[in-house]
This record gives sequence, C-alpha cells and structure tokens, in this order.
Amino acid sequence: MLDQVFVLLKHWLLGYSPAAIQPEVSILLTILPILLVFPVLFALTTVLERKGLGRIQNRYGPNRVGFYGILQPMADALKSLTKEDIVPASADRAVHFLAPLVLLAVAFLPYAVLPIGRNMIAANLDAGVLFFFAIGAISELSVFMAGWSSRNKYSLLGAMRAVAQMISYEVPLLLSSIAVIMAAGSLNTVEIVNKQAGFSGIFPHWYVLTPWGFAGFVLFMIAATAETNRSPFDLPEGESEIIAGYYLEYSGFKFALFFLGEYLGMFAISGLGITLFLGGWGAPLPFLTWVPSWIWFFAKLLGLIIGFIWVRGTLPRLRMDQLMNFAWKFMLPMALVVVVSAGAWRFLPQGVTRWLVSTLLLAVAYALLARGVETRNKIAKRTYRFAE
Amino acid sequence: MRQMSAAFLILAIVTMIAACAAMTLRGLVHCALALAVAFAGIGTLYLSLGAQFLGLAQLLVYVGAIAVLIVFVILLTRGGDGDASPLIPTGLPITGIVVATTILALLAWAVFHSFAMHSLGPPATPATVRELGTVLMAEYVLPLEVIGLMLTAALIGAVVVAMKEKQDTQ
Repeated sequence: MLDQVFVLLKHWLLGYSPAAIQPEVSILLTILPILLVFPVLFALTTVLERKGLGRIQNRYGPNRVGFYGILQPMADALKSLTKEDIVPASADRAVHFLAPLVLLAVAFLPYAVLPIGRNMIAANLDAGVLFFFAIGAISELSVFMAGWSSRNKYSLLGAMRAVAQMISYEVPLLLSSIAVIMAAGSLNTVEIVNKQAGFSGIFPHWYVLTPWGFAGFVLFMIAATAETNRSPFDLPEGESEIIAGYYLEYSGFKFALFFLGEYLGMFAISGLGITLFLGGWGAPLPFLTWVPSWIWFFAKLLGLIIGFIWVRGTLPRLRMDQLMNFAWKFMLPMALVVVVSAGAWRFLPQGVTRWLVSTLLLAVAYALLARGVETRNKIAKRTYRFAE
Repeated sequence: MRQMSAAFLILAIVTMIAACAAMTLRGLVHCALALAVAFAGIGTLYLSLGAQFLGLAQLLVYVGAIAVLIVFVILLTRGGDGDASPLIPTGLPITGIVVATTILALLAWAVFHSFAMHSLGPPATPATVRELGTVLMAEYVLPLEVIGLMLTAALIGAVVVAMKEKQDTQ
C-alpha cells in the first residue's frame, strides 16, 4: 500500500478530471513530481555538499540561515534571482540566452526513463538506456553553446575542455553499460531492474555483486564523475586555471540554472548507475522488502551523492594529459575487458568456474593496464607540442 | 494518403526551418547549431513513427557526435568568428539548384514507386530493439562486420596521421 501510494494518488486525482482531458492530466501528473522533487533534492544537496566539504576541510560551512544552515538554498535562490543579468557586449545574444535553457531541458529529460519505484516510471521505453545516452549527448552541445557564445577566451577553453572530456568518457560509460545490457538482455530500464530482483541467501541479485558488475560499476561511476564535470574531473570549470570555464559570463539566475543543470545531470546519471548496477528500487536485504521501493531508490541516490561529495573533498584535480591518458589508455581497454568478462559470465554454466574465469580476466587486465599506465607515465620534464 | 498528425506537421516544419537556417545563416557556428536542430528534428520524426532505436541512434550519433565534430572543426580551422563571409561563386547557385532538384526528383520517384505506397495495408508493427539486434547479428552479420572493420581502419588511419606530425616536430 505505502509502496504504491504515489501511483494510487495519481489515479485518484485522475478520477476527478473530465474524461476528455484525462490523457493530458495524466501526463501532467507524471511530469510535475519529477519537476518538483529533483530541484528540491538539488537544494538539499547544495547544503549537504557545503556542510560535508566544510567538515572535510575542518571548517563549519553554512550555519547562519535557518537551523544548521538548512535554509541556505532559499537565501541563495533569492540572491541569484535579485542579481543583475549581465550579458557581455560582444556575446552572441541568442545563443547565450538559449544555452542554459537547452542545458536544463536536457537535464530533465533523462528522468523520463528512470524507474524511481515499483510502477513509477514516466515513459517505459523499449530502448530506455539508449534514450538516456541520446539525451545526454545533447548536453555537450549546450555546454559548447554557452562557452562559445560568451566570446571569452576562458569560456571557450572551458567549453573545449568540457566537450573533449565528455566525448572521451562517454565511451567507457557506454561500454560498461553494455555489459549490463548484455547480461539483462534488454535496453528497457524496468526490465533491467526486474532482472536484478530476488535474493540468494541474504545477497541480492544485483549486478554489482558479480566480478564484471563490480568492475563495470567502478568504471561507470568514474566515467559519470567525468561526464558531470565534478572534481577530480572538474577541469572544464577549474576555478584556479580558467576561473569558471564555460559559464564564466553568466550571472544571476542563469548561473543558478547552470548549477541546477549540473546537479540534475549528476542525479540522473547516479540514478542510471543505481538502475543498472545497484538493483534499482530493490531492497538490499530480503527482510527489508517491506520498505517502499521509492525509499530505496532515494536512499541509494543519497548514498551515491555522498560518495561524490567525499571524492570531491578528497582528490586533487587532474591535469588535461592525465585525464586523456586515463580515459583512452586505461578506462577504454578496461571497459572492453568488462564486456568480454560479462559475456563469459553469461555463457558459462553457473557455479565456481564462471566466478573464477570472470575474476581472472579482470584481474589480469587490471594488472597489465595499471602497470602499463605506471611505466609509461615516467615523471619527467613536460614537453609541449604547440605552446613553444 | 494517410492523415498527417499535428505532431508530424510541427516536427516537419521545425526541421525544415532549421535546415533552411543551416543553409542561409552567416555565422558558421550558427549554421552548425541549426544543423544540429535539424538532425534532432529528424530523429524525433523517427521516434514519432515508432522507430525507437533508429530515432535514438540518430540523436546519439548525429546530434551527439557529428554536430559536435562539425563545431570542433569550425573552431579549430577558422576560429568560427562570426561573419566569415562564405564566398559563393556566381556559378554555384545554379549547380546547387540542379543537384538539389535532381536528388529531390530521384527520391520522390523512389518513394512513389516503393512497396509501402502501393500496399496501404495496416502499418507494420514497429520493430523492437531485440528484433533489430537478431536480424543484424544473424542475417546481416557480414555487412556489419565489414562496416566494423572499415571504421576500425579509419580510426587507426586517423591516429597514424595524427602521430606523424609529432615525429616531425620533435
């Protein structure tokens, strides 16, 4: 009952609307919660992040507005709403105006295919995972639009970095998802979640609990961090190098929109990670299945967000060449091995053999690749190709 | 003729306007962005016709990769500094018109003589991704492999071309 409370609520509300406009009302009732819940989550995450980073850096963080600084996002929103919206004189006005809108629209669309609970999905597409990545690909263009239209060298540099980084890390992201798609035999997000339902003993059938699934999950989360331009992959907006990158010339609420878009992207890709590897809305232990499914989804989401914040507070920023080397010389081959390992897992009979084969494949590949990266990156004087 | 739905009309108009803008705008980056809109419009058209995989692949490949590639090329070559006037020689519009009408006539001929136009039976059920995959992996596996080999060769070729310059500079 509590599990389906939102689904029932929707049907109850739908019963009050005239039959002629019922499809429209149904669409509205599906979209509105997404448009409300995730921005609120964004507001809470900003407090959580600033508090968490403060704790890591041995300071307090925001603690003036409201109880423990919990109302800080309200103050931030008011501040950004009342600020002047400055557009540079030489900027390309139309593109400059459109970029944050495109980014935000693209940030909201992926939620359509994320199952946030049992029977709670906006659009149950046959090719849901593909939809997610197709929409994600458009966000690269919006980042470029923002950087280019500002007519600022730093903005353009940031946009170029962002696009290069997003294209590079999209490859391992897609490949590690392909392993799951192979195992589940479907591109449909609901079916992928259903395939991970059930328990053996106390262990759930999540893909992260298989050798290839664990490696795939780690690769997926690293690539997701890079896709969302978060530290340690925040070169596109590196404050100490290029001030703020592609959204340098945005002020007031447009700046806030960029932040919102970035966090929404982070939630969406974490949601996909949960769907693909962490069993979606499934409970982690068999005796906890009575807890409503949507609570599990958001609990897992919060867990991943805390992971993101922790990583941000712990790791230093990468250099551009390190970023590219890591993507192409380690992540890509490793992701390919994960795909092979998932294939072996699928076609070997159940039992110890497939655990051994799958783990061995990954371990050998990891050892070789890590050694290769280490020996190739001898610490030496840096040589520049174009700067001299 | 089957009835054209409102969604189809809107998408078609948006796509046409974007395509025209891609041809006529002065700034190269504007053209590239308009082209991206046209690509997205075509992808959405596929989606509205029930071809999910094709539509999404169109979005992923054309908007996500090709449009970005075009933009990159513009920035790396001419700097994309707005009104770099595209010098159109006087002879070119006529050639363009001839080529465009020929292609249009050819396509129209092909469409009007196609199988689908003459058998106005019930529309085929949209193929699922699974069916597409089965067909690609069983019936058309050889063309698929050949395309894969060709793309790999192109990729290696691009890397080799890029590597050569490094040897020269050092």
